[in-house]
Amino acid sequence: MSFKNWPVWILVLWTVGVILASFVDFNTNQIHLDLILAKPCFQYILGLDDLGRDILPRLISGAKVSFLVIFLVTAVTASVGIILGLISGYYGGWVDRTLMQITDVFLAFPGILLAIAFAAVLGAGLTNLILALCITSWVGYARLTRGQVLSLRQRQHVIAAQSIGASTTRILLKHILPLIAAPLLVEATYSMASLVIAEASLSFLGLGIQAPNASWGGMLRDGVRYMLIAPHYVLAVGLSLMSLVLAVNVLGDQLRDQLDVRG
Amino acid sequence: MIKRFLGIIPVVFGVVSLTFLLIHAVPGDPVEVMLGESASNADRMELRAGLGLDKPIYAQFGIYLSKLVQGDFGISIHSRKPIVDMLLERLPATFKLAAFALLFAIFIGLPLGIIAAINAKKWPDTIANLLSLTISAMPHFWMGPMLMMVFALWLGILPVSGMENATSIILPALTLGFGLAAILTRMTRASMLEVLHEDYIRTAYAKGLPQRTVILRHALRAALMPVITVLGLQLGSLLAGAVITETVFSWNGIGRLLVESIEKRDYLVTQACVLVVALVYVIVNFVTDVIYTQIDPRVRFLK
Repeated sequence: MSFKNWPVWILVLWTVGVILASFVDFNTNQIHLDLILAKPCFQYILGLDDLGRDILPRLISGAKVSFLVIFLVTAVTASVGIILGLISGYYGGWVDRTLMQITDVFLAFPGILLAIAFAAVLGAGLTNLILALCITSWVGYARLTRGQVLSLRQRQHVIAAQSIGASTTRILLKHILPLIAAPLLVEATYSMASLVIAEASLSFLGLGIQAPNASWGGMLRDGVRYMLIAPHYVLAVGLSLMSLVLAVNVLGDQLRDQLDVRG
Repeated sequence: MIKRFLGIIPVVFGVVSLTFLLIHAVPGDPVEVMLGESASNADRMELRAGLGLDKPIYAQFGIYLSKLVQGDFGISIHSRKPIVDMLLERLPATFKLAAFALLFAIFIGLPLGIIAAINAKKWPDTIANLLSLTISAMPHFWMGPMLMMVFALWLGILPVSGMENATSIILPALTLGFGLAAILTRMTRASMLEVLHEDYIRTAYAKGLPQRTVILRHALRAALMPVITVLGLQLGSLLAGAVITETVFSWNGIGRLLVESIEKRDYLVTQACVLVVALVYVIVNFVTDVIYTQIDPRVRFLK
């Protein structure tokens, strides 16, 4: 275990937390009225929150929520984005123009603005939060895939495959997709880091999973309210969130350098 | 330039269509959801008629478009004021916040990037790199409270929130600007490093110019071009970040209006805020694009 691998260890820690939270019932809503906002101690390592609930199990349970959101959203948006990008880049013409016009429209909404809007009108809740993030985050994959396909379309091995009568699906999946897997993997890593922040932002605004269930964004909002008298609450949640985002981003940088993906 | 301008028209049309569809993404009857159970029948009828919900969807879109062109965003259900007035009231505060954030970002990011590039692979570079990495991992709703805790609660030198004092803007602007500063640092560093390897820089050093002159006069000017482009594209992220930052610091801008409207289920206001922010973003990008072509002779020559 070397210091250089710290992002991996944070991710391992996160995963262990997620697995634990999936199989063990932590009793996250148990209230200790005499210990409201109590500071960290031996029994409660991270202290207690404003309702006298143990922070550590709630943090782990919040990790499960963000894990769920990130992997569902990434699975859906990466598949949709990659398929649309492949089609758009390979066929060109009006299909490409229409799809690119649509992505332009989505890109005209800065950051998570559109996700906030959709999560708001769909109504609070985990499903709607996932839906809102799915609606808005497929664009990056589509643009990246399309650009890569455009530069590969005229490669000799693709033309060779075409000339011996390989089907379009085969060419796209066997001759083009493997070559663009590396940049897509890097894109997915960075996009996961922003999804962690996006999920927490929406929960912070009260649009994610509802109380009494724990989410990092919701816990941060409560923690900020009591940060003067109980800074341990907001620090515990904020530092966890920050180290996770940092780890995923650094991992993305390392992947980019190792796989030799440009910019 | 006219060609570029024509290019943004379909985007604007798309943005308007997507925001129009927002109201239709409300599950069930939007009127019931927005007004709640306590509303009178007259109010419901009024809102229904105002949105044209009794008509087919293309007619509703027509109504929406024609009202928009006249600058009519409808009436807020909650405050009963015309939404356009509410937007105009809140927009200046957001612009002011974004402008200060931009200033902070430039004053922090540019020098840090230059220092990192000059000392590439030495300790100042490592520190700048670590700083920008850490800051990029801090979302606004975490950075904001941390700054608040240190400067307002512990040191007590700046106001916690609100916008009464002249110094009130410092913390929210720093919160909003730090992320951009981190991006600027990395961009400036990369861009400077590329320029520093050019022959004319070596010539400048060879004829005995002091490092200061070489860096500021010769290298920086060339290195700034790509940085400016990124800056233009990132201005939009300031607008999106303003939503959270304004909420954290009770800054009465359009971002806070958006969040308030969501809490009150005043979805017409939500819709209008989203539309206005997106339109501002499109315009800013267009202007950056135009300025970029005007400044850089190479790009102008290519067109």
